[in-house]
Amino acid sequence: MSIFQALIKKETLHVVRDRRTVFVIFFIPIILLLLFGFAISTEVNCVRVMVVSENHTDQTREIIERFRTNPYFDFQGIVSPVNADLQLRKGNTDAVVYLRADEGSLKSQIVVDASNTTVAQAATIYLQNVIAGKSVSPALVNTLYNPQLKSAYNFVPGIMGMIFILICAMMTSVSIVGEKENGTMDLLLVSPIKPYSIIIGKLVPYFVLSCAILAVILLLGYTVLGLPVSVSIINVIWVSLLYIILSLAIGLLVSTFVKTQLSALMVSAVIFMLPILMFSGMIFPVDNMPLPLQWFSSVIPARWYISAMRKLMVQHLPLQYVLTEVAVLAGMTIIILILAIKKFTKR
Amino acid sequence: MKGRILRALLRKEMIGIRRNPLVPKIIFMLPIMTMLVIPLVATMDVKHVGVAVVDNDHSQLSRQIITDINAADALSVDALCPSFNEAIISLEGGDTDVILTIPPDYEKNLNSGLSPKVDIQANGVNATKGTLGAQYTAQSVALTLQQYMSQTGHPLPSPDISVLNMYNPTLNFRNYMIPALIVILLIIICGFLPTLNLVEEKETGTIEAINVTPVGKLTFVLSKLIPYWLIGIIVVTIGMCIGWAVYGLKPQGSIPGFYLAAILFSLVMSGFGVFIANKSNTMMQSIFVMFAIIMIFQLMSGLFTPIPSMPEWAQYFTYAIPPRYFIEIMRALYLRGTPIAELLPQYAALAGFATLFCASAALSYRKQN
Repeated sequence: MSIFQALIKKETLHVVRDRRTVFVIFFIPIILLLLFGFAISTEVNCVRVMVVSENHTDQTREIIERFRTNPYFDFQGIVSPVNADLQLRKGNTDAVVYLRADEGSLKSQIVVDASNTTVAQAATIYLQNVIAGKSVSPALVNTLYNPQLKSAYNFVPGIMGMIFILICAMMTSVSIVGEKENGTMDLLLVSPIKPYSIIIGKLVPYFVLSCAILAVILLLGYTVLGLPVSVSIINVIWVSLLYIILSLAIGLLVSTFVKTQLSALMVSAVIFMLPILMFSGMIFPVDNMPLPLQWFSSVIPARWYISAMRKLMVQHLPLQYVLTEVAVLAGMTIIILILAIKKFTKR
Repeated sequence: MKGRILRALLRKEMIGIRRNPLVPKIIFMLPIMTMLVIPLVATMDVKHVGVAVVDNDHSQLSRQIITDINAADALSVDALCPSFNEAIISLEGGDTDVILTIPPDYEKNLNSGLSPKVDIQANGVNATKGTLGAQYTAQSVALTLQQYMSQTGHPLPSPDISVLNMYNPTLNFRNYMIPALIVILLIIICGFLPTLNLVEEKETGTIEAINVTPVGKLTFVLSKLIPYWLIGIIVVTIGMCIGWAVYGLKPQGSIPGFYLAAILFSLVMSGFGVFIANKSNTMMQSIFVMFAIIMIFQLMSGLFTPIPSMPEWAQYFTYAIPPRYFIEIMRALYLRGTPIAELLPQYAALAGFATLFCASAALSYRKQN
């Protein structure tokens, strides 16, 4: 046992002594959480709008007044048609509303800069509603789970899904491969330590590090970002631990395939990072993708983890709703662990 | 003399790149993957909104509302639930995103001059999808009502609004993403690769061999950067050709303006990469630092989310993010066909960043620690 402890101590020192990496590892999730929580919003909440109006009547004045007071608009003034075209082309405004009062009836045209389709679609709906005034909306609209429509609710699970793969998979694979590359692995292999003790000794410090990061993320999420606290936090924690173990297993598997640290980094970056960013549903919803890509996305562990986290953290659903996700994650963990151990002991 | 040293060093770098097992593959595969796959995936369009309808009215009007929703572009009625509880279950299970409840006696109350309201509940976990889905549903209901009222002889006053979608009339999100994706190509080729290359020389110790020669700082840094500038330009050209061949998207504005922006931005990224490399000792360190910063670059540059949606302090912060200007130029050139003269501030900002980063790259290179 004392040998094992010594191994863990060696690995821990290894991790901790690289101050800058440890700093960056804690810095990335915190910055990401804060950016997503406070700076980035996929919701369109500020449409810059200009008005071109040929003749002023009470009606047009009333509409302009509504633009001015509505917090969803940044009213940039009344301009001439030529200037409106120029500003639209320069990208200084999102939409121009042409108003013409013709013998009592009001005609209006909305010209939106559709180069950004998300903004254009939202702007069109907002503008139509505001111009039409009170006569519209036969519906009472209410949003469940996220009444303030914070984007953070959608992103926190995504960030967690990415960070753990990044730290566990990348760092373990690089550390094991580094040992191979430097030749120090041979020293360990000829020592009386069993191979699996070497591996577990490698994994434990990263596991502890990941748990610390999980604690930081949850703490920030539940305090600063104001995710609602509930009993399901226990489920959040143990599903996350399962995911961390899965990530460690992936790192182990990668380390048995590649020979140099550089290729370990490349593999982690290309095979893990990009697909996670793109296919896991972190930013872009999975059900918008073409079908073959949706199938592809189901081999990405982060997709299942993120989906489970959304249900547990934001919707507070009981455990039975995430059974599929947990089962898939557990299955992946077992398969990858078996593969990695088989590959590892052969050598 | 200097020219000859530079030429020799360049030759060494070119051979190094060619013989590396990974780099030529990356140079070839990256633009193809980025330009072909990401546009398929990277769409924020709200297209498939599943609606669960709780119809307590069972009238002709309520059935009309349901058919109209099902016929709408982005909406589909995925569940007809007898009670609200069942609708909630389908929403919690992720089968549907919006619940529309039509109250009892809806048609009767409407005809007797009351203005009854339908109830719409949206799943707000994904804020964009929730709000847009709810608004689409409300619009569809409003349209049905308008038709119904005009059929029964009580037309609602309807404002006369026409909509014109400029620059991207089909509202295709891909047209918005593709120009900006070139930024990803340049960040990886001109930012990541030279950094890794330089740090690898440090780690394997071959940089010592250079340090003992009379090669100047500037010459050495230039010899590291020039190959990646060339590769960057080639990759950008491939990216542009793929965009044109596959998606039929080509710059509406001037092509020289396109290349000018690409060159300026590759100067920015490579200068930045070398600066990071000079400051780090191991590949792991440089990768993590680069990763953190590139993450911030991508998220804050307006690549995926609109900058005007950010709070004011964050919007000021984006002025310090070089990709912001590059993305603005690309989108303006591709979609709006803006002449270069109107984009001068963006070009000037890029040039400023290029000078700053390249200078700090050259100054931070030390032959001795």
